[in-house]
Amino acid sequence: MITLTQVLTLSGVLFAIAVAGVFLNRKNIIILLMCIELMLLAVNFNFVAFSRFSGDIGGQIFVFFILTVAAAEAAIGLAILVVVFRERRSIGVEDLDSLRG
Amino acid sequence: MLPIYLTIALAPLVAAVAAGLFGRTIGRAGAHCIAIAGVALSCALSLYVLKGILADGMGTFNGTVYTWLLSDGVRIEVGFLIDRLSALMMAVVTFVSLMVHIYTIGYMRDDDGYQRFFSYISLFTFAMLMLVMSNNFMQLFFGWEGVGVVSYLLIGYWYTRPTATFAALKAFLVNRIGDFGFMLGIAAVLRYTGSLDYATVFANAGRIVNAQIHVSATVAWPAITFTCICLFVGAMGKSAQVPLHVWLPDSMEGPTPISALIHAATMVTAGIFMVARMSPLFELSETALSMVLIVGATTAFFMGLLGVVNNDIKRVIAYSTLSQLGYMTVALGASAYSAGIFHLMTHAFFKALLFLAAGSVIIAMHHEQDMRRMGGLRKYMPITYWTFLVGSLALIGFPGSSGFFSKDLLIDAEHAAHRVGSAYAYYCVLAGIFVTALYTFRMFFMTFHGEERMDHHTREHLHESPWVVTLPLILLAIPSALIGWFTVKPLLFGDYFDGSIVVLPAHEVLKQVGEEFNNPGAFFWSAITTLPLWLALAGVFAAWLFFHKKPELADSAERNFKWLHGILINKYGFDWFNEHVICAAARALGKGLWRGGDETLIDNGLVNGSARIIGWLGSVMRYAQSGYLYHYAFAMILGLASLLLWLMWRP
Repeated sequence: MITLTQVLTLSGVLFAIAVAGVFLNRKNIIILLMCIELMLLAVNFNFVAFSRFSGDIGGQIFVFFILTVAAAEAAIGLAILVVVFRERRSIGVEDLDSLRG
Repeated sequence: MLPIYLTIALAPLVAAVAAGLFGRTIGRAGAHCIAIAGVALSCALSLYVLKGILADGMGTFNGTVYTWLLSDGVRIEVGFLIDRLSALMMAVVTFVSLMVHIYTIGYMRDDDGYQRFFSYISLFTFAMLMLVMSNNFMQLFFGWEGVGVVSYLLIGYWYTRPTATFAALKAFLVNRIGDFGFMLGIAAVLRYTGSLDYATVFANAGRIVNAQIHVSATVAWPAITFTCICLFVGAMGKSAQVPLHVWLPDSMEGPTPISALIHAATMVTAGIFMVARMSPLFELSETALSMVLIVGATTAFFMGLLGVVNNDIKRVIAYSTLSQLGYMTVALGASAYSAGIFHLMTHAFFKALLFLAAGSVIIAMHHEQDMRRMGGLRKYMPITYWTFLVGSLALIGFPGSSGFFSKDLLIDAEHAAHRVGSAYAYYCVLAGIFVTALYTFRMFFMTFHGEERMDHHTREHLHESPWVVTLPLILLAIPSALIGWFTVKPLLFGDYFDGSIVVLPAHEVLKQVGEEFNNPGAFFWSAITTLPLWLALAGVFAAWLFFHKKPELADSAERNFKWLHGILINKYGFDWFNEHVICAAARALGKGLWRGGDETLIDNGLVNGSARIIGWLGSVMRYAQSGYLYHYAFAMILGLASLLLWLMWRP
């Protein structure tokens, strides 16, 4: 039997990997987007686990909403990415520093 | 009657607006026609009102025209009080103003600012009329400031001359000091009586008398003395009494018609008029009256002396004006208000005459004012010569002239007064007669007699002035010579000023003088036995001896009394003191506030300083903004982690 702790640990590990990916990655924005997706999935895992162990179906409903939003977000993110590539001929994270003070 | 009073006051204002704002459209002739028409209308109606009061027994008019504002029970109104005092002043002001308007056509003929000049003098007439016709303190103050502004504009009329703008500024600033006192006085009146209306204030004068001003725990001043002295400080500024007299000689930078109208005949007498109008208050304070007496006597004698050493014809007359204003102030201080107003009236005529005659000389001399370059003008300018002589005789109080009646009776009244300083004042005014005669006839001899000291070119062009200049001279010479005969008895010893001027029974010096006064004719003959006549004749003789017969005597006197001459040339050091002490201190204070307060503290400290701090902060903080996404993400994670840690381990 899988315990709640194990599931939460898994989701924590997933989240940590995603975070590490966000700020270790220097080359590619696509990886960044994937990391964000991974973060959302880790959160979804939590929702599902709590829903399952507390017997409340509401949490799983929430997961559907989050997945929908994540899909939309990914679509917009990729669209921006295409525009950025057209503008700069690069999708390297290190090249995107126009906000530097 | 109200429409008539409104017309009297507003006709000059309409003329001023027309000449000032539409001067180009109506042209030079249009400007002087409309200005003269306006003031002539005022003059005619003023004379009609005066006649109504004198002959037809018209009563006093005291009414409100317009309520400007009502605040906490204090009404600020425009209103007219037309009694015998204001009717007399209105007639004098508008008459002299009319003469000066006509004269100006000749004097300012070649000036570029012709329309502007007419606009100003009409505006002056309006402001002066508002001042004398007022029935409340606020309107009095309005007229007071109005004439001050016009005086400023006209002293600085030739604004391209640095001396003229300096003199205008000086007049304005010195008058501010007086006006500050005046405002305090008005505030005190309002504080103790709760009203600004003359009638109400005078009816409640008892409340001021009963009040005390607690300066400290142990010192208390009588409120009435404080109020009266503050009001008198205003009069000192406007009527050029020591030590606020310094602006008047410099005001001679303005055109001569202005010197005649504003700085001799009318505006400078506003202070005298005001004190006479406030006689119900001044009568209640012995201390204030003593101060008035002493200040007036000091001005009368010491300012007259300065006329003896000056060589500028206009400045000599200006010092004479100061001295004569001192005489009027002495009369006020002696509770002989009627005598002061009487002298004000006669002085308005003969001093305007003297100034206008001097202006006529100045035109003939091509704007040369130095008497050392004149002389022998008698045969070139007969009308100016004779009218100037009439004015001079009136000024020294030659028996029969208007000045004789006003000045001799003024001195008699002063002699009858028993007040602190009255003995000092008596000797001052007596000595003043000698000095007056000395400088007047010095000027007379230097200008019209003796050798012709002008250059050849000027001499060839010497001729009598045109009729627009000589007509006012003649019209002013008539009252200067004769008006004393008709007016002395009703004005001084009759009941003319009853109801306008209040004198306490204990102070009725004029009544004492009046017991010996039978009629003008007898007074004329009795003058031979009195001191003033012989002093005046001695002055004339001295002037003749020193400045006509043996001018070398004057030079040797100047060498032997160098220290005295030096003091007089430096005008007792008033200008030096003002320039090097008061102005220097004010400039140092201003510079300190400017450099220290404004530039260092506000500009560099608060305004630029805060901008600099923000800029420095920004320049440091910008290094935190790398622009890399992962740095921001890292910061977010770090923040999140620390928040979580705090949540976990918080107590």
